[in-house]
Amino acid sequence: MSVTGLTDEAPVVRLRGIGKQFVGNPVLRDVDLDLYAGEVHALVGENGAGKSTLMKILAGVHQPDSGVIEVDGREMSFASPRAAQAAGISIVHQEFNLLGDRSVAENIYLGREPVRRGQVDRKRMEADTAGLLDWLGERGISPRTLVRRLPVAQQQVVEIVKALSTDARVLAMDEPTAALADHEVELLYDLVRRLRERGIAILYVSHRLREVFDLSQRITVLKDGELVTCRPTRELTSDQLVRHMVGRPLEALFPDRADPEAPGEVQLALRGAGNERVHDIDLELRAGEIVGLAGLQGAGRSAVARAISGVQPFTEGTVELGGAAVRIRSPRTAVRRGVAYVTEDRKGEGLALRQSVRDNALLVRRAAFGRRSLGRLDLAALLRSVTVLARSEDQEVRRLSGGNQQKVVLAKWLAVEPKVLVVDEPTRGIDVGAKQTVYELLRGLAREGVAILMISSELPELIGMSDRVIVMHDGRIAGALPAGPSEEAVMALATGHELEAA
Amino acid sequence: MTGMNGTTTTTGAGRRLRLADGTAPVLAVLAVLLVALAFTGPAYSEPAGYLALLKRAAPLMILAIGQYFVIVSGGFDLSVGSLVTAEVVIAARLIDGDEAATLWVIPFVLGFGALIGLVNGLITTQLLVPSFIVTLGMLLVLDGAVFLWTGGSPRGALSESFRMVGREGFDVPLIGQLPWSVLLLTALVVAAVLFMRGGTGRMLVAIGDNQTAVRFGGGHVERVRTLAFVLSGTSAAIAAVLLGGFAGVSAQVGDGLEFRVITAVVLGGVVLGGGRGSVVAAMAGALTLEALFSLLNLLGISGGLESTVQGVIIIAAVAYASVGRSKFRTRKGTS
Repeated sequence: MSVTGLTDEAPVVRLRGIGKQFVGNPVLRDVDLDLYAGEVHALVGENGAGKSTLMKILAGVHQPDSGVIEVDGREMSFASPRAAQAAGISIVHQEFNLLGDRSVAENIYLGREPVRRGQVDRKRMEADTAGLLDWLGERGISPRTLVRRLPVAQQQVVEIVKALSTDARVLAMDEPTAALADHEVELLYDLVRRLRERGIAILYVSHRLREVFDLSQRITVLKDGELVTCRPTRELTSDQLVRHMVGRPLEALFPDRADPEAPGEVQLALRGAGNERVHDIDLELRAGEIVGLAGLQGAGRSAVARAISGVQPFTEGTVELGGAAVRIRSPRTAVRRGVAYVTEDRKGEGLALRQSVRDNALLVRRAAFGRRSLGRLDLAALLRSVTVLARSEDQEVRRLSGGNQQKVVLAKWLAVEPKVLVVDEPTRGIDVGAKQTVYELLRGLAREGVAILMISSELPELIGMSDRVIVMHDGRIAGALPAGPSEEAVMALATGHELEAA
Repeated sequence: MTGMNGTTTTTGAGRRLRLADGTAPVLAVLAVLLVALAFTGPAYSEPAGYLALLKRAAPLMILAIGQYFVIVSGGFDLSVGSLVTAEVVIAARLIDGDEAATLWVIPFVLGFGALIGLVNGLITTQLLVPSFIVTLGMLLVLDGAVFLWTGGSPRGALSESFRMVGREGFDVPLIGQLPWSVLLLTALVVAAVLFMRGGTGRMLVAIGDNQTAVRFGGGHVERVRTLAFVLSGTSAAIAAVLLGGFAGVSAQVGDGLEFRVITAVVLGGVVLGGGRGSVVAAMAGALTLEALFSLLNLLGISGGLESTVQGVIIIAAVAYASVGRSKFRTRKGTS
């Protein structure tokens, strides 16, 4: 049964009632999905909606807890990606899995090279590769070229050919334009259309609404692991799609906002700031306010945070801290001038996991400041104020829960009394109670006069916490919104929807 | 959320003295060995025997301090053995029996050690060559240079005053003669412990654990790592002064010391790759190793077996650290 009557044929792949839990948390509930030959089926939803999980189930990476997978009307279960490949389903990951120092052909047949008399049959491998490239209409790539000599867009072609080389009839593509520059996207469009014409069924996972409308014939929207709707693309407007994707009630977790009548001094000002990732960033951060920085993954939010904190500095424009122009060249200059940066990767970049709570809380003080350049610190009081739950100050931080680890991260920055606090995904991977504590802590700091820039992929959180929201799209600021904007307004700016409407 | 504050249990009070993680096993092994020594050798029935052991172990223990700094911050220093040889040969050549020269040769030797450490550190941190390779290269460079310079047999001689530190002692009531080297060792132990309690010492360990976190926190990661190599080179210089006095001039004096000291540090529970372990345990590892060799000697087991024993120890200690403890951990789980 076709959902819409777009095609009379039976779907190549049919998922019914798919459910999946990770350590007790349901990430997918009763999701259906049909893929037809020669059709691009877009899968959209917010971060964490379950898109990746669904795709990985289709590709045999994960096994569903409930539900049925049918291929050509026959029920199948994929124990591994190899099993899915054998059934004709391949996945093209967001990140390329290519070996730069091997040729195109070697990459495509990696691990299953044709063999003749005990030796790799290079001739056949290259001929087969040339055949596949030809079939796709890609004439610019030689099978013998080393992959690292190819531009990114052509490397992606190699990824796709690699996926097709297992006689795939179904191709799942995860954010395929994420790695591409603007002018390369057009090449990908062409390629996707050619794949369609050749009868491949494509599952297209993307954040970018423009691509979804340009390429797909059908759209499935997921939200919080559930199927919201599945409609033909032409029956949907971009407005409606955005509303389907968001529209969750705001939870009453957030502390009161700052008094809009009493803005503080400008602590951080960026004027025309940019580097290779972001451009023309104009932004003012005042003492006492929390400014939310919204945008999709890859829009440049974290790049702005990393530039302000000196990890990947700005190369253009000016940065002013407390009214004085400064050049932030390294984390050290940023830290010593009062900028704190809570990274999104708590374990990889934030904490020395095998060290004690005390050593981590003192890490920035010791690392960036001399012994006598800061006043005395009451460490016990500091740890109490961020409500760290630990057996003692000697406990290693890796033994703490995610929430308590994050509180230690906050403590290490509070120990140097920053004027500007940049927090990237401050509540990622922590439980609701700890989230609320983090919200209260951030708001409390703002009240004490800290200027806070907050990044979060959870829109309700970002909207609930921010006194203003700045939205980024493709490395630039797409717009600014006052306190409490609707999710639709943020998503519209973030997806570039408004830009196109204009 | 005010109710949450009441349940906070972070204790600010407890700065009790406790053994750093991984110290206990090496101390237990050491205690067993010392007792075994007392039963085996008549010399160990009085303090003098143990003082002699400490005197023998002092160079290795001092090297262990330096090696600890490098290992805990995430590196290796393989150059210390040939650096010790080079220092002894250089000192002998420069002094050549001239008492007056001792006064400037000792600072020169220390400076040379620090310089070699600085070169190791700068190449590792600035040219991003793994320290294993840098110091292996330095080992070969020094080896070759010493051979070229001496033609295989070192010339010159150390002065009496140079040799005094490694060889002699002063009389103390009750325990007899206290070797200078033991006094020097004690001073260095205290200095190392204080250093490791200070900000720079804590940074050293934190860098071995997660250098990105330290860098993002505004730390001079490269500078601190380089310092570790400088300290290691200096410790090799001090060890060379002791060994030169103790064993005399030879072109083999430092042979194999790099592996012996790494074994000692690992035996002390310091994790290769950095981020965990205490300097006291590293020294205890060195003493344990020397005690073990003394015991084997007393038992009449061939000295040729020493490197075999060392090999077994280093593999076993690392296996214990990675398998034994992690199994223990996962069973205990997190709270």
